[in-house]
Order: sequence, then structure tokens, then C-alpha cells
Amino acid sequence: MAELLIKNGYVFDPISGMKGDKADIAIKDGKIADKVSSKAQVIDASGKTIMAGGVDIHTHVAGPKVNLGREMRPEDKFFRGEYRGGIVKQGRRMEMGFSIPSTWKTGYAYARMGYTFTNEAAMPPLMAPHVHEEFRDTPILDQAAMPVFGNNWFCFEYIKNKELENNAAYIAWLLKATKGFGIKVVNPGGTEAWAWGENCTSIHDPVPYFDITPAEIVKGLIEANEYLGLPHSVHIHGNNLGNPGNYKDTIDTLKLSEGIKTKNKFGREQVLHNTHLQFHSYKGTSWADFESGAKEVMDYVNNNKQITVDIGQVTLDETTTMTADGPFEYHLNQLNHIKWANVDIELETGSGIVPYIYDKNIKVCGIQWAIGLEIALYAKDLMRVHITTDHPNAGPFTRYPRVIKWLMSQKAREETLDTMKWKSKVIAASNIASMDRELGLYDIAMMTRAGPAKALGLADIYGLAKGADANVAIYDLDANNLPSDPELIEAAFLSTAYTIKEGVVVVKDGTIVAEPPKYTLWTKVNMPENAQVMHDIKEKFARNYTVNLENYAVFDEHVHNARAIELDVA
Amino acid sequence: METITMNLVSQPELFLECYSVSPDQFAGKSLAEIATLPAHEGKIQWKLGDFFKFEGKAGETAADTKVVVNGNVRRMKRFGQKMSAGEIVINSDTDMYIGGWMTGGKITVKGNADSFLGIGMEDGEILVEGDAQNHVGCAYRGDWRGMKGGLIRVKGKAGNDIGTFMTGGTIIIEGDAFIHVLTHAEGGTVIIKGDAHGRVGGQMVKGDAYIFGNLLYPLPGFKKVATVEKEVDGATYTFDQYIGDLGERKEKKKGEIIYGNIYLKK
Repeated sequence: MAELLIKNGYVFDPISGMKGDKADIAIKDGKIADKVSSKAQVIDASGKTIMAGGVDIHTHVAGPKVNLGREMRPEDKFFRGEYRGGIVKQGRRMEMGFSIPSTWKTGYAYARMGYTFTNEAAMPPLMAPHVHEEFRDTPILDQAAMPVFGNNWFCFEYIKNKELENNAAYIAWLLKATKGFGIKVVNPGGTEAWAWGENCTSIHDPVPYFDITPAEIVKGLIEANEYLGLPHSVHIHGNNLGNPGNYKDTIDTLKLSEGIKTKNKFGREQVLHNTHLQFHSYKGTSWADFESGAKEVMDYVNNNKQITVDIGQVTLDETTTMTADGPFEYHLNQLNHIKWANVDIELETGSGIVPYIYDKNIKVCGIQWAIGLEIALYAKDLMRVHITTDHPNAGPFTRYPRVIKWLMSQKAREETLDTMKWKSKVIAASNIASMDRELGLYDIAMMTRAGPAKALGLADIYGLAKGADANVAIYDLDANNLPSDPELIEAAFLSTAYTIKEGVVVVKDGTIVAEPPKYTLWTKVNMPENAQVMHDIKEKFARNYTVNLENYAVFDEHVHNARAIELDVA
Repeated sequence: METITMNLVSQPELFLECYSVSPDQFAGKSLAEIATLPAHEGKIQWKLGDFFKFEGKAGETAADTKVVVNGNVRRMKRFGQKMSAGEIVINSDTDMYIGGWMTGGKITVKGNADSFLGIGMEDGEILVEGDAQNHVGCAYRGDWRGMKGGLIRVKGKAGNDIGTFMTGGTIIIEGDAFIHVLTHAEGGTVIIKGDAHGRVGGQMVKGDAYIFGNLLYPLPGFKKVATVEKEVDGATYTFDQYIGDLGERKEKKKGEIIYGNIYLKK
């Protein structure tokens, strides 16, 4: 297989400890190698920045919820994208949509930004086939998906009865049945309560008819995750998302991780990942006195190494919110009256979708924008704080380069603040204007690849250490002479000079040039069959599900190019 | 104002998308440059010069440019798309999407216009001397932002879905209209001087409909509250005022609930 040598670039790889050193990257047979022969194809990266392929720890890019968003928002494609002629003639697929792009645009646009892995943030287990079908049609990117467990009747009952081993065995079974990667929790208990028209707005609100609280659910799932030693930790979207004053509920949720140790063979250190922390860091009692709670929440995160977070940055765009947090979407629609979809997924979860405009001329949106950036700028350990926009909830993933610009340049932040109608109120309700911290390229490498890869337990695959998959992003940025115009930073991160996927150049000068094979990653737990759990599963399928157990699991041929992350539980 | 005349010399086999025909695109360009502007027939891209011969001169700015279209352009659509100023006169029937998303200027169609006339229009004026078909001044499918401002006047009749999701501006249909007028509207005015078949104001939050002829099938979500005199399109008439849609959410202004209105001429 081809050999490749990337010469003279500035290499930023926190996993192997390279902090902008001028170094060559050797690639052989699709892996990072020590050296290559003199026949290797050479890419001259002088004056350019090299990082591992980007790793997105939380994004909604595939499955029934995303597709319903596409169906209910034809206007998202309106006057956007090239529909005819050109791209089709080049042998590639059309790119459509903005906040809910087509699967092809998703693959191409991530690759152009130098990303090679995404973690689909919420897979309803019953709908897993649809997620895998979309993975098949999303080019270039390796992908994984987390089934949602936070409102699952099986888990509720095992946790209530303190049956840790049974809960773990059920989780392992479901990961295999859905070809899922890890444990996602969305509004624990609250989405189930929503099926009864109610919600759980604090971790101590009991779930109707189940005699269990969100705190017990989260704690029980963390314990099961660590009993199994899964590559990723529990991945939480906590209770009371998006409401003023919720920072206290968030800290309550984070505290549930205290005292639990991880033991896993994947190099992961955290036991809880709190996703889109921006939506969970609100102070105030109403939208009138709404303000940032980023400092309080980050003080806790900074002092607790067992936690990782991603920011969920608001990008000030028109976008589409979609979440398994059904009650949240209902309340959002009561605010903006645009469009609303709501779905209940039997014993497992639910979801809602509402288009939303984060308008820079609305005070609350400006403060939300500030909170996301504050979370990153307050962080002491950026390996534990990752860049996301909770795509598409706070903005489309195609804005990551803009988020990077805001984090790297105070000037860029000030310019955006200057465009806000309620600038002074935004400044009064946040700390953003007083923060002069500007992140560097090494920080960005931690937040966009090394940190997420480690938190997912995939640092051996998605880094630049020897033996890792040869996924490399080369940005047209001179690390020793960064442009003073922040717009050039955004432009460089939006469109790589080269993106390399398993040793194949897939993007050159911002243009897609190849679509090599891609993987679907999932977690295969090898453990003895648990007779009690299999009995419970059969019983619930017979009594409660609308499908037969035999028709439930995703069949192996259905999963595109599966790559199992294996682990053994005695 | 400078005038540029485009004379049809060749018919497209299918339907041609003339989104480049607008004062904004023509202003400051030579005739040769204008003839190279793109137009699509299905997935095939042509140049305007493949179908039209150009005479006259474009102005320096859009506001200073008038475009006259001669020949039968019944199979051509999207004239004046997104135009901001200046004028277009079409001496023919046309196809769909005339004046879509325009923000200013004036378009006159001397014959009939097809559907989606003035879709998403923000400002400016459209005059159709013949009939229009469906979706006059409506929103793009899926969008909740229809016509925001400006004036559309159709001298003949119009079809269904007039002013869907309208938020501002005025639509005047001098003839009859079919069904679905001001559906989901949050503002704006639709005046129908002939008959309306039915379903006027369904799920309307706000907005005003004036019907001069018969409203054959009114919706049950409206309630008669008064008989009022109103000046409409330059003359004063007496109307029965109905408020609604009472099944839809309503906003309050200074403590008063703001309703949508249907005015039926007595």
C-alpha cells in the first residue's frame, strides 16, 4: 500500500505530546509509522499546521430525528448548495442543507474542516437501523452512535431493584443489538415523564409510575458503565436544560460522579461527560434576569478530574433544534411558535424538533453565546473541555471554525459583541467582555481531537502516535506567524490544505478528491449470557414492544464496515 | 433611466429559469456581458444570449435600469428574482416565480402570470394585467416567512393559497379567488374584489382580508363583531367585520388582544 511522508509542518498532537514541533509524519499502510521508504509520496507542509483528524464527541448527524428535521424544513435547503451540473459531473453527490445537511454534505463538510470521526449523540435503540443506513451514506467519516438509556424501562427497573450486574448485562446486550458505542442519557426520567405530560426538572423529581429519581438513574448508569469498563463514560444531557437557574441542577448532576472510579483499558479518565454545558449553565430566575452561570459550573468542573464536558456553543445562526428531551422542545415551541414535531419511542425514549433562530439582536441569545465561550475560557484543562455546537442545536457544525476564531481572538469576540443590539446588557449578564484569554493552536488541538479522542477511549486510533489510523489535517496556518486578521483563522479551519483519511488524501485545497472506505465503530462486550436479563427482555418484548424480539436487532450485514471495540467482562 | 430590451429569438424545449433577468444583474454591464448571464433549463445551463437578442443599454445602477421583455415567454420563469430596484416590463404571459423574494422596484406583466407570483416578497410592486394562478405572495414551502411588504396587484383572477404565512404588505386580486387566503398569516392585507370560494384566514394570527363579492364557505373560527366603514384601495365601503381565527394563538398589545379580521362588503 502507498506510503506518504508529510514534511516540515508544525505538528500539534497532545496525545503524543507534540506542541508545534517541526516534524515529519510518516504514513504506511494507512497507519502512522516511524519511517517510510524513499519511494513515499511527499507532501510539503512547510509553513502549515498539522493535527490529527478532528474528533467530534457530540453531534446529531444521522438517524430518524435528523431526517425528520430535513423533512420538516425544506426551507433549510433554500438558495443553499449546488444542486445541478457541476458536482454531479465530478462524480460526487449534491450537497444540500445548512443546519440539517444531507448525509453527503455532512461527510464532505466535516472532511473539509479536517475531521475524520463523529459520534452521533442520540440513537433511539428501536430506530438503530435508520442510523446505520445514514452512516452508510455519509462519506469519508468514521462514525459511532450512542443509544439513549436515560429513559429506558429496563434500566429503570434494574436500577430501582439495585441489580447492577443485570443492568450492565442489559446495556451490553443493547449495544450489541443496536451496534451502539456508549451510554447516552437525555433528561433522565424527564422524557419518560413527558409521555405522561410531565417532566423531571431536578435530579430529585420522581419519575411518574417508576418510583425512581433522575439522580438514581444517572448514578446507576455510571456504575454500570464502570462495571463494564466501556471505552466512553456515561454521556449526559442532564435535567432542566435551557432554563434560567439550571446551573444548580447541573452541579447536582455533576456531583453524582463523585467517588466513582473508572477502570478501563482505553486510557479514559473521566466517569461522566456532560454534553453541551452551555445549555446547562444558566443563572437567574427568568429570561428577564437571565445571566451566565459559567463561572460556578466551571469552578466545579476544573476541580473534578472525573468529569469531561463539551461546550455546545451558540453560533448566532438560524438552526434546527432536535433532542430526545421532548418536554424541552415543547416549551421552546411555546416561545417561538414556528414548527414542532414530537415522537415517542415506546419503552426507550422520545424526541422533539423545533427550528430556532439565535438572533444576535435578542439579549438572551447574546448571553447564550457568551456562556459557551466562557466555559472554554474558564477551563484549566482543555483536554477535558471540547468544542461542539451540539450540532444542530446551538448551531451547525460548519461553524466550528468560527468558534475556534472566537476562542483564539479577543478581537473577534469584541467584533461580534459590537454587532449585538443589546451589547451592554449581554456584557452585564456575563463575564465575556473582561476575558482576555486567547487560546493557541495546541489548545485547539486538545479541544477538537486529543481531548475528545481520549474521553471516548479512542486515543489509540485517533491521534498521531505510531500505529494510529493515519487521519491527518493540514491547515494553511503558519504556527509561528499567525494572521492578525481573525477571519483568516476561521478560513483556514474551514477548508484544509489537505485532509488525509487512513493514508488517503481526501481533501486537497478545500476540494474533495477521494472517498475511501469508512468505519462504523461499536462496542462489543464479551460476557457470559445473563439468563435473568434474557428472560426479562423476552417478557418485555412480548408484552410491551410493537416489534418482535427477532426483528429488533440490527443485522450484521446492515452495519456498514463495522469495527468493533472489544472488551471482556468476566 | 436607461432601457434595455430583450427580444425572444429562440424558445426553450422545456422551461427556462430566467433568474438572471433583473435590473440588479444587468446594471453596469454591456450587452455582450448580459448575453452571457446564466439561465437553467432543467439541469442544463445556458446563456441568456442563447434565447434573447439584446438592444438598448443598461443603467449604471439597478434603480437606473428598465428591462423590457418581448416575445412569448410563457415557458420562462423567475424574472426579477431578488431584484432590489429598477423596472421590468414583460409583454407576454409568463411562467412561475415572477418577482420572487424581490426587495424593491416594479414588475409589470402584460399577460398572465403562473403560480408563486411574488413569493417571499419584501418590498416593491408587481402588477399583473391578466390572471395569476396559485400561491400569490406566499412563503416558500416549509418557511414561516411569507410576503413581508410591497404590493401585488392582479387585475384578473387568482387561484388558491394567496398570502400564506404573510406578515406584511398588500395583495389585491381584482377578480375572483379560490380557496386558502391568508392561511397562517401574521400580518398583511389581502383584498379580493370578486368572490372567494372559501377557507379565508385559516389559522390566521393577525392580518386583514377584504372580500367584495361572496365568501361561499366561511370558516367556523371567525365571529362577527361589528359593521364598519373602511377605505380600501382608494374608495370607502361598508363591511361586516369578523375576527379570528379564534382557534389560533393571539398576541396582546397594550392589554388588548389583536385578532385577524375578515371584512365582508355589505
